Amino acid sequence: MRVLFILFFSMGCKIAFCQGDLLSELEQAEKPSKEYVIATFKGTRLVNGQSVEVKSKGQLEFIFAHRFGRVNEGIYELFGLDQAYVRIGLEYGVTDRLGIGFGRNSVDKTMDTYLRYKVLRQSMGPKSFPVTVTAFGNMAIRTSPRKEDATFDITLEDRIAYIGQLLIARKFSQVLSLQLMPTFVHKNTVDKTIENNDQFALGVGGRIKVSRSIALTSEYYYRFDVQTENPYYNSFGLGVDIETGGHVFQLVISNTRGLTERAFITETTGDFFAGDLHLGFNVTRTFQIKKKSK
Amino acid sequence: MLIMNKIRFLLVCLVLFFCHLGHAQKFTVEKSNVTFFSKATVEDIRADNTKLASIFNTSTGEVAFSIPIKDFEFEKALMKEHFNEKYLETEKYPKATFQGKFSGYSIDAAGVQSVTAQGKLTIHGVTKEVTIEGTLENAVGKINAKSKFNVKLEEFKIKIPQLLWQNIAEQVEVSIDITYKPL
Repeated sequence: MRVLFILFFSMGCKIAFCQGDLLSELEQAEKPSKEYVIATFKGTRLVNGQSVEVKSKGQLEFIFAHRFGRVNEGIYELFGLDQAYVRIGLEYGVTDRLGIGFGRNSVDKTMDTYLRYKVLRQSMGPKSFPVTVTAFGNMAIRTSPRKEDATFDITLEDRIAYIGQLLIARKFSQVLSLQLMPTFVHKNTVDKTIENNDQFALGVGGRIKVSRSIALTSEYYYRFDVQTENPYYNSFGLGVDIETGGHVFQLVISNTRGLTERAFITETTGDFFAGDLHLGFNVTRTFQIKKKSK
Repeated sequence: MLIMNKIRFLLVCLVLFFCHLGHAQKFTVEKSNVTFFSKATVEDIRADNTKLASIFNTSTGEVAFSIPIKDFEFEKALMKEHFNEKYLETEKYPKATFQGKFSGYSIDAAGVQSVTAQGKLTIHGVTKEVTIEGTLENAVGKINAKSKFNVKLEEFKIKIPQLLWQNIAEQVEVSIDITYKPL
């Protein structure tokens, strides 16, 4: 009797096993695969500066960015809205990891061109990696002042600055992403009484998603070894990203009006705590130039 | 006692044998394509996925599907990103699954057979009891399965922002095409 019971029991087990839940059988057969984290940030810009994001292959992004004058200039200047500093730019995804861009900013009539490359990608699963690292290199040419207006015999070389950045970001969750930006700025010609040719800064920034289409962003650049005579401030900015289809609208408030790395990292003129704030926005529109072949 | 042991051994053998038999009647995916199509005023959106996994037990009619959401390929990269990040929330709900039974299928019949699949469809973490119509066809050791059905986004709590309602249809048409081979 006891044996029979065991028999029936084991038979039951066996049947349950071979007629088992097909879905769990499917899931067991699947090998876990490495998955890259997507959408660490909504845009290629965090507030003023760059994010780790690179446009996908064949995507062209048109960026129209805009900073008003200072809000503490009062009603006469309509809280800064009477002035505007604009940067118009384009960025293209050569591959899913390599981006190229250029633009022009009305502050100091600066032309800039850059490359970015996603060196490492944050991933989950086997052989996962904790962060995304993008290398960013930029060259900016100040075309202002005119040669005849300059206080010294200015050459093209004097107008050029180079920026190298490592953007290191981690998407901690759907809600929170943080980024570190060690930055090197080299300006060919500077006023040595206030600054050096080579300058280092460390940026920190992040975003908090408040809904699936809206995120709050923030960014701060700390400059190292700043000379005592240096009149500039560290740049700080806050933003709200709103995403609708192919557009990202970023409403920002920042103590800088410049939109190229040289200008906002090393030449921010506003004191955030004195209320020297600029409202502004970045509007991007992404176009798919090359469609994926089926 | 010895005899009992022998009987027990034989019975276990028998069970194992049936198990093995059961095993041989299972079919798995050789080739698959899942397509969804959304027709809306502003743009038509289409995505394909060839990573569907499935097991079909021909002796019982039981069937299970699992579709990795991240493997839907779109024409535009941004669509894929939004699809995963905002609408299907792939990090939270990586798969769409179906678990149920085919009825109206015979392994011996030739030609195209109309069948219904009844069971639980899970998309975006929401499970619904559904009946899906389709066809099965026996083809020299293989089975072809085809189906086309509509999925209402609202039923699976997939929300479309007001601003995009003209870009994304309220219901999408899903087509499934699978070639099964013996497991």
